[in-house]
Amino acid sequence: MLKNRIIPCLDVKNGRVVKGINFVELKDAGDPVEQAKIYSDSGADEICFLDITASNENRETIIDIVRKTAKECFVPLTVGGGVRTIQNITDLLLAGADKVSINTAAVKNVNFVKEASKKFGSQCIVVAIDAKRVSEQKWDVFTHGGRNKTGIDAVEFAKQVETNGAGEILLTSMDRDGTKSGYDVELLKVITDSTNIPVIASGGAGTLDHLYDGIVKGGASAVLAASIFHYGEFKIKEAKEYLNSKNVSVRL
Amino acid sequence: MNVTIVDYQSGNISSVINSFTEVAKSKVKLEVTSDVNKIKSSDKIVLPGQGSFKSCVDSLNSINGLVDSLKDFAITNKKPLLGICVGLQMFADIGYEEAETKGLGWIAGKVSKIDNQNGKFKLPHIGWNEIDIKKKSKIFKDIENKSHMYFVHSYEFIPQNKSVILATTDYSSKIVCAVEKDNLFGTQFHPEKSDKIGLKIIDNFLKL
Repeated sequence: MLKNRIIPCLDVKNGRVVKGINFVELKDAGDPVEQAKIYSDSGADEICFLDITASNENRETIIDIVRKTAKECFVPLTVGGGVRTIQNITDLLLAGADKVSINTAAVKNVNFVKEASKKFGSQCIVVAIDAKRVSEQKWDVFTHGGRNKTGIDAVEFAKQVETNGAGEILLTSMDRDGTKSGYDVELLKVITDSTNIPVIASGGAGTLDHLYDGIVKGGASAVLAASIFHYGEFKIKEAKEYLNSKNVSVRL
Repeated sequence: MNVTIVDYQSGNISSVINSFTEVAKSKVKLEVTSDVNKIKSSDKIVLPGQGSFKSCVDSLNSINGLVDSLKDFAITNKKPLLGICVGLQMFADIGYEEAETKGLGWIAGKVSKIDNQNGKFKLPHIGWNEIDIKKKSKIFKDIENKSHMYFVHSYEFIPQNKSVILATTDYSSKIVCAVEKDNLFGTQFHPEKSDKIGLKIIDNFLKL
């Protein structure tokens, strides 16, 4: 049976791991290579790096981190943040990333998803959708870390990226991100019901029950979390044992 | 011992290189190349594969003499070759991804899209799944049954002769995830991404 995945995410700025609350008030909390190794040794199903300043700064730093991490971690490594061109993807994959996550560039031009998945295969193309609730049952796509509203319906966009060859969707609720109040389960449910590719839940995990809700109520194939693991509140193993005790199948 | 990872410019093989480098240490000389002469003088070959069946076959065929030298190596000279993911799928006679495409024809069978039972199962089949070992094999030495391996694929290899099946995995159906025929080995999962247990399979292959 296919297991639900737990993916710790490391937000990286200037080569250091940070995790902000709603993307502000960043705290410095360590070396990404070392952190990734700790996570992979403790049972993380995948590792995700998000280069949160990639939009403005030199990309060499993250590529160097990916290169070092890939030599020590033998679980899948996803890298996102500032991925705009085929060359960006090539550089990350050559450095040792297994998947890249595309956000703004996919919103600007969904053909980029098609071009990338055709060139590299759907298996390594993740589309990151940042969605914010705009009314009772409607969510819009946002870009630039939640600053820019696009007016694009998140459900429609999710379907569109699937059609264009995305292998997975990384769905972040901008309302919940950094709040630790739980994933937006309604948003997850509507997206997982409307698409046939795996969806990774992101934004808002604060307790182990939130992980359960993301998978069981939201229908997510994987749950991504940063702060609850990063500051040692919960170990990956504890999260897996908890989910297992509630009959959610995980890799123990 | 000389081990060649075939680099035929299709997909991302960095993880394969990293994991083999980690396991091989200094015991094994690792080459990453499509140089036909180097392939001829290798002791073992790793054939990775990412992207579609068609794109991988096309890339193999685009390198002059590569398919023939692989065939000499694996079929005529019967030296050990490990296919990973689409590398395994290409052993088949035919594949149906993108367009009907002829495979290498080394193990009779076809590569078809996984039946997702009208959307009941998401595709690609991504993540960790248990392998159900059907047959003893040197590449599964010290690998426990029901070990978790990392998968990412939408197509599956369906061999004609079931006796080549080493292991299956349970998704929408029992999917063939490891095969062995004489000196040919193949895994649908990615040992290079399957943590320590995956590295053990690589180690087993290198120790054959």
